Amino acid sequence: MNRKKEGIAGLMFAAPWLFGICAFMFYPLLMSIYYSFCDYSVLRPPVWIGTANYVDLFHDEVFWKSVGNTILYACVSLPLGMMFGVGLAMLLNSNVKGMAIYRTIFFIPSLVPMISLAVLWLWMLNGDYGILNTGLQSIFHIKGPNWLSDPTWSKPALILMSVWGVGNAMLIYLASLQDVPTSLLEAAELDGAKAWQKTVHVTLPMISPVIQFNMVMGIIGSLQVFAIPYVMFPGGSPARSAYFYATYLYDNAFLYSKMGYASAMGWILFLVILILTLGALKLSNKHVHYGGA
Amino acid sequence: MFKSDAQRKKFITAMTHVVLITLSLAFIFPFLWLLDTAIKPIEETMKQPPVWIPKKLQLNNFWDAMKYGSEQVGYIPFLVYAQNTIMLCVLTVTGTVTSNAIVAYSFARLRWKGRDFIFAITLATMMVPFPVLMVPTFALFRHLDWIGTFRPLWVPAWFGSAFSIFLLRQFFKTIPFELSEAAKIDGASEWKIFRQIILPLCKPALAVVALFSFMGTWNDFIGPLIYLLRQKTYTLSLGLQAYQSHAGGTEWNLQMAATAIVIMPVLILFFFAQRVFIKGIALTGIK
Repeated sequence: MNRKKEGIAGLMFAAPWLFGICAFMFYPLLMSIYYSFCDYSVLRPPVWIGTANYVDLFHDEVFWKSVGNTILYACVSLPLGMMFGVGLAMLLNSNVKGMAIYRTIFFIPSLVPMISLAVLWLWMLNGDYGILNTGLQSIFHIKGPNWLSDPTWSKPALILMSVWGVGNAMLIYLASLQDVPTSLLEAAELDGAKAWQKTVHVTLPMISPVIQFNMVMGIIGSLQVFAIPYVMFPGGSPARSAYFYATYLYDNAFLYSKMGYASAMGWILFLVILILTLGALKLSNKHVHYGGA
Repeated sequence: MFKSDAQRKKFITAMTHVVLITLSLAFIFPFLWLLDTAIKPIEETMKQPPVWIPKKLQLNNFWDAMKYGSEQVGYIPFLVYAQNTIMLCVLTVTGTVTSNAIVAYSFARLRWKGRDFIFAITLATMMVPFPVLMVPTFALFRHLDWIGTFRPLWVPAWFGSAFSIFLLRQFFKTIPFELSEAAKIDGASEWKIFRQIILPLCKPALAVVALFSFMGTWNDFIGPLIYLLRQKTYTLSLGLQAYQSHAGGTEWNLQMAATAIVIMPVLILFFFAQRVFIKGIALTGIK
C-alpha cells in the first residue's frame, strides 16, 4: 500500500519533467528527423522530399567549408585549452600565496556574457586602433595582422579568445587537484620521485576522470561554437574563413528559411557528437583512473 | 645550481609568481582597456599611440551609452532591454529552482517504476546539441503563436532541465533517509517532507542552480536572437550589438561603456557569491 502511494507521489513530483522532456526534447527531436527529409520553410507545411537535403549537403561547398573551419577550430582550441587549463590549475595548486586572487582573475572571462566578449575583442582587434596590434608594434616591433579582415587570421583570433576563456575548465581541474590525497604524493616523494615524475605518475592519473569530462564537454562545445563568430564575423567574412557549422545552420534556418536543410545539418552534427563522445569515452577509459579519493 | 633545498624552493616559488602575474595581466588587461575606453572622449579612442590615462574623465559616457538611439525610437532602449532581461531572469530563476527541486526530489528520494531508466535518459539528453533542437523548437513555438513573445525564453524553464535535476539529485541523496522515515511515521505527506525538511537543508544546492540559471539567462544570446523580433522586446545581449556600425565610425567609447554596464551585475554577483560559484562549478566536474 505504502509502496503504491510512494509510486504515485513519485510520478506526481516528476510530472513537470516528464512533460518537459516530451515537449521540449523528444517531440522536437522526432520532428527534426521528419523535417530533415522535407522541404520546409516554416511558412508552408513541410513537403516530403526524401534524402534530398542530405544529398544536397554533400554537394554544398559552403557546408564543407563550414565543416572544415569547425574541425580546424576544434582541433586547435580544444587541446590548447586543455593544456592551458591543467597547467594553470597546477600552478594555482602549488600553494602559492594569493591563489584566490589569481583564480578570480583567470575565471572572469568565462563569467561575463559571450556577446560582451565579442564586442570587447572587436575593439581590441580593430584594424585601425586595436590595442593588440599597437602593443605588438611598440613592444615587439611586429606588425600585427588584420585579425578581422584577413582570412588567415580570423581563426587564430577566435582560438586566442577561446584560450582566454579557459577559466571554467580550470576551476574544475583545480577542484579535483585539491582532492588528490597528499599521502600519495608523499609516498612517491619518499620513493625518490622527482617533481615531474609525481605529476606524470600520480597527479595526472588521479585527475584523469576530470580531464576526460572536460574533453567531452570541450568536444561538444567547440563543435557548436556560435555566438562569438556570429557577432565578430558577420556571414563568416572574410572569405567565409570564420563561417562555422552552427552559424551556417542558423543562417539556413533563419536567414534562408531552409528549415529542412538546417534540420539535416542538425542531425549530422548530433551523430558526429555522439560518435566522438562515445569514442572519447571508450578510448580514454583505458587511461582513466577511477577510485582513490 | 642551488646551494640548498630551501633556496631551490624559494626560486621555484618566485618563478611561479612571475608566471602567474604575467598571465594575470594578460587575462585582466582586456577588461582594464574596456574601462579605460569607456571613460574617454571619442577623439582619444582614435589616437596613436594610444592614450592610457584620459585627459578628461568623461563619465557621462555611461549615460550617453544608455540613451544611445533614444531619439529614433522615443524611449530609452537600454533601460527597456535591462527591464526585459531582469524580468526574464526572475521568471527563469524561479521556474528553474521550483521545477527542478520538485523533480529532483522524485528522482532522489521516491521509488517508482521506471525511475532509474528515465533518469538515465535524462542524463543522455544533456548530449543533444542545441542546434538540433533549434529548428523544431522554433516550429513548435510558431504553432503556439509564441514567436516574438518572451514565452519561448522562460516557459521551458518551468518544466525542469537535465543538468539541474542531476545536480540537485546528487545533493538530495546526501540527506539522511531516516529524517524522511521519521516524518512519515508522524504522518507527514511527501509534499510536507519536501517543503519542510529537504528544501531547508538543500539551500546551498538551490543557490547553485539559481545562480547558474541567472547567468544562463543574463548571458543568453541565441535564444533572444531567434525568438525576439521587435526592438522593444530585446534583451541586453541583443542590445549590445546596436552600437556596431558596419560602415565604420562605431562609437567605441559608448560601446565599451554599455558593455561595462552589462558585465557589472555578473561581476558583482560573483564577488558576493564566489563560494557558491566555485562550489557549483566543482560539482559539475563530479560524476
